[in-house]
Amino acid sequence: MRYEAPTTVEDAVKLLAAEQGMAKVLAGGTDLLVAIRSGRIEPDLVVDLKRIEEMTGIEPEDGGFRIGAAVPSAEMGAHANLVAMWPGVVESAGLIGSTQIQSRATVAGNLCNASPAADSVPALAAARAKASIVGPNGRRDVPVEDVPAGPGKTSLEKGEFVASILLPKQAARGGDAYLRFIPRTEMDIAVVGVGVNLTLDESASISEARVVLGAVGPRVIVAEEAAEALVGTSGDEAAMKAFSEAVSAACAPIDDKRGTREYRIEVAGVLAKRAVAIAMDRAKGR
Amino acid sequence: MSKHHVTTTINGDDVEFLCDPQETLLDVLRDRLGMTGSKEGCGTGDCGACTVNVDGKIVCACLMLGAEAEGRAISTIEGMAQGELLHPLQRKFLEHAALQCGICTPGILVAAKALLEENPDPSETEVRYWLAGNLCRCTGYDKIVRAVMDAAEEMRGRNYAA
Amino acid sequence: MPLETDFPQNFEAREFKVVGKRPVRPDGVDKVTGRAKFGADAVAPGMLHAKILRSPHAHAKIVSIDTSKAEALAGVKAVVTRDDFPVHEAVKEDQELMSVLTNVMAREKALYDGHAVAAVAATDPRIAAQALKLIEVEYEVLDHVIDEDLAMQPDAPILHEHLGHEYGGGKPSNVAGVTEIGHGDVEKGFAEAEVIVERSFKTGAAHQGYIEPHACLANIGSDGRGELWCCTQGQFMVRDTCTQLLGMDVSNLRVTPSEIGGGFGGKTTVFIEPVAVALSRKAGKPVKIVMSRDEVFRATGPTASASLWIKVGAKKDGTITAADAILKYQGGAFPGSPVDMGAMASFACYALENVRAVGYDVVTNRPKQAAYRAPGAPMAAFAVESVISELAGELGMDPIDFRLKNAAGDGTKSSFGPTYDEIGLIETLEAAKKTEHYNSPLGPNQGRGVASGFWFNFGGQTAVSLNLNVDGTVALSVGTPDIGGSRASMCAMAAEELGCDYDDVYCIVADTASLGFNDVTDGSRVTFASGLATIQAARQAKQRMIDRAAKIWGIPSDAVKWENGAAHPSGPNAGEHEPLSIKDIAAMAGETGGPIAGHHEIAAEGAGPSFATHIVDAEIDRDTGRIDIKRYTVVQDAGKAVHPAYVEGQFQGGAVQGIGWALNEEYIYNDKGLLENPGFLDYRVPVASDLPMIETVIVEKPNPGHPYGVRGVGETSIVPPMGAIANAVSAAAKVRATEIPMSPPRMLKLLRDSEATAKAAE
Repeated sequence: MRYEAPTTVEDAVKLLAAEQGMAKVLAGGTDLLVAIRSGRIEPDLVVDLKRIEEMTGIEPEDGGFRIGAAVPSAEMGAHANLVAMWPGVVESAGLIGSTQIQSRATVAGNLCNASPAADSVPALAAARAKASIVGPNGRRDVPVEDVPAGPGKTSLEKGEFVASILLPKQAARGGDAYLRFIPRTEMDIAVVGVGVNLTLDESASISEARVVLGAVGPRVIVAEEAAEALVGTSGDEAAMKAFSEAVSAACAPIDDKRGTREYRIEVAGVLAKRAVAIAMDRAKGR
Repeated sequence: MSKHHVTTTINGDDVEFLCDPQETLLDVLRDRLGMTGSKEGCGTGDCGACTVNVDGKIVCACLMLGAEAEGRAISTIEGMAQGELLHPLQRKFLEHAALQCGICTPGILVAAKALLEENPDPSETEVRYWLAGNLCRCTGYDKIVRAVMDAAEEMRGRNYAA
Repeated sequence: MPLETDFPQNFEAREFKVVGKRPVRPDGVDKVTGRAKFGADAVAPGMLHAKILRSPHAHAKIVSIDTSKAEALAGVKAVVTRDDFPVHEAVKEDQELMSVLTNVMAREKALYDGHAVAAVAATDPRIAAQALKLIEVEYEVLDHVIDEDLAMQPDAPILHEHLGHEYGGGKPSNVAGVTEIGHGDVEKGFAEAEVIVERSFKTGAAHQGYIEPHACLANIGSDGRGELWCCTQGQFMVRDTCTQLLGMDVSNLRVTPSEIGGGFGGKTTVFIEPVAVALSRKAGKPVKIVMSRDEVFRATGPTASASLWIKVGAKKDGTITAADAILKYQGGAFPGSPVDMGAMASFACYALENVRAVGYDVVTNRPKQAAYRAPGAPMAAFAVESVISELAGELGMDPIDFRLKNAAGDGTKSSFGPTYDEIGLIETLEAAKKTEHYNSPLGPNQGRGVASGFWFNFGGQTAVSLNLNVDGTVALSVGTPDIGGSRASMCAMAAEELGCDYDDVYCIVADTASLGFNDVTDGSRVTFASGLATIQAARQAKQRMIDRAAKIWGIPSDAVKWENGAAHPSGPNAGEHEPLSIKDIAAMAGETGGPIAGHHEIAAEGAGPSFATHIVDAEIDRDTGRIDIKRYTVVQDAGKAVHPAYVEGQFQGGAVQGIGWALNEEYIYNDKGLLENPGFLDYRVPVASDLPMIETVIVEKPNPGHPYGVRGVGETSIVPPMGAIANAVSAAAKVRATEIPMSPPRMLKLLRDSEATAKAAE
């Protein structure tokens, strides 16, 4: 295995494109190093992004934010403006692992690890975040939910990597939230994750909603019918019941060591209701 | 397999070492530099026994490559006491019997020190969440949490420069 | 010279000066500065690194092993397989040793996922890992069985053809043994009962979860002699087992225990140590093996999982008339599950006229179980204490009152045979009832549970040596590895006896060449047995100091008394002499007869059981099934708390391990019999943010079998938690939880099923 730490995007692209064997991108390394150490993968090249300056910052852009691929979750939590605009996204990133992991783990890495249970992906997708992908053929922006192609697989081409995540401007009366279920209070992988982003009109009815589910399918699920069940309502009990049922109906989970299929389906509905309540409070608070 | 030549700072001292690309910082500390105070409990970032501080942030040394240490400032358990003078956290851990076997202790101390640098007056809940990535199987955490809070109180009182 | 037996072992009331205080432990500074050397911290010049190839199958015949390509790899210095572990004389007649040998390196069959099949020593760990991939093993995969109930079915896959013929009706079965305890007439007792509760339970297999993986460093010379450094609960056990397995003279292996990063029973046997010795012998170089966490979970001993049936009957006044239990414990691929101790412990808290417990020791395709803190008792107590609390509810009695009504006390004939001497169960129940916790209100969706627990405690073979240094300080050597601060307690007891300062005693854990045989650190025996031997060694040294003072003064020894750490003339004919302190006598030792020391060797008896009662408040989220522990109190009898902070630590640690076992910890297998969660990510031990403070109440009812009244405290604390939590959760959920771990999916299903049942009944 070779380790390279280029200082420009161009050099990183060149290194990755030129590698004949397995090449891996290292941002926080909290998934990659586990995979390497366990022998699950044996990369020939590891390209560390942390020495590339444009990948290490959070910058305002078009009223939203561009988050460099090497920005650790802890820095997102320390960015007051980002927290104010996208508290759900920041919380989702803040749930990944321990304090130690938070110093290293990145949302770009979380995305590219392509785990169906990735915490930040439902929240980012609910926020309509885009991944800025660079590669031998230049840059392209894609919705984050299109990056994972299935468990452990991404839609990235050879030599491509995610350089940054672009969060749009939150709506005037918008609010987001992310909740996950884990058996303990920390250190677990999500059994179910729900990201919600919604906008209220002047009468505090939901005018727009986006609901994205994690760990209930091979990729995150954008639950459009569930979101529609919210639109035009004030989040009243009847609407929430219909919404919760629509969320459960959208789930396509499996039984595994972390939870049963039935469990995930039911709890997704429960968490979705709770997440909507938080997002509505946030939207009202703006 | 060519080795990386890395120049870094550990506990305030300039250190140079050679390492294989896939060696972790923990491998380097323990096997190349003889600094065995950082422990390996899992190798997957789940137990926190290898916690070290890199540029002011705690990380699991098992999840960082040695090669990544180039130019960083690293501190480990070996640098926590000043000569014979124990850090208040170290002293409080002894006074409170906050360790039984002691294998998790170095990682917890390094993590707790970073907490008190960031938050000199943490609540019990804040201590518990900050240390959630440091497993202790002996104590049930009770005395650890008490020792951290007691050390914080003492350090606030003394205005101790952590 | 007086004999050791001249010093009384029995309890005598006294005022303590050092014992009962909370001094800093002698190894403390090393442990907070990173200096302490644990198993993996050892190095030797020219050291090789070894790795172990493990079976990827739950059950498979090993047709062939070809190591030639691995041996040819540059840097590989030795490879061992089953051929390097012949069955020596000592092993042939000993079923347990044969099991250990077969567990250390698979023979005809791989019996579980992770079973060792070969090992490689190389100049670099990465070369060793590469070499493992070059070993070609041909397996013939066999049907496997994981669950204890399924393993007892007549058509279950059979692990061992030589086993279980009695249960199998002349044919082999997976039931390695059946044990039965009890007295009275259970059928008659149930006939007299007015209320009966009968239920079945299941418990998952929990791992001890010590944070330090097993590690060792062997260095065997070409003369066949050598050394082994390892993290273990018993260096003498390691020495004896390794030498027997490998056909060596016991005196040819010196074992030094490192600091130990947790054990909880899991380091009372060997896994990698004989492999390292065999590789070192073959390579002629030092060999180090450090297990990965994955290997720890797959190939070291968790405890047994269990299937239990309990039936208890009582009269309306609360008197239990009969108690019956059937326990089925699977202990992995070899005989020896702790079901015998489970059966004995099941009803040990109660004074019963009619009682019976039958236990089945079942083998399955899982790793060989190892002791885990009060081995066998927590599962039985979970089931029994659940039924006891349910029965109290049926009778409309307070659960503590119901337990008090039936509690075993001084002189009770125990369910497993012996009659109790002085025990403290009733005292713990009374103290629990008085706690503020027990009398505090509960919030919504919360329930409160109580449970009691018992552990036998153990004495065992013990040797201690105490040497007086020239400056009057004391060097104390014990043979029991310190897993939780026991050296502090040893120093305190030696100082108490000698009348010196705590800081003047320094205690070390000695290697096997430096001290007589000691049983492993287990059975909650160390503070009791090594403490007892320390006290006796100190008394012997004290007597020798008295003799020296008498010699210096020219008076008979019986005219000298020992007070406050000094010899004083005593009695009418002693004359006037300035007292001689320990330091004075030590300084003159060379001129008065040479070194002054005390030692004591004993097979300690009279350990005295410890009882506990736990109180827990749990809250359930009825929408997700998640349980939150809101408040927890441990009340336990310590006899005499030598170092109360470490006693509290044992109470808290045991309670939290019990919380983990009750809520989330379990071995999860897939349909191929492979372990799905061999890591701390999905084997979910409690983390700091999961827990409240663990309140403690130390009850001190002196153990008549120890000079200071000490009882072991380490194990009892894990016995009540699962029952107490199940009772709290059942109260909160309003339905009885009978399976642990009470993980969220299991709890939500229980809630939904009970709602459906209630609806159907409407």
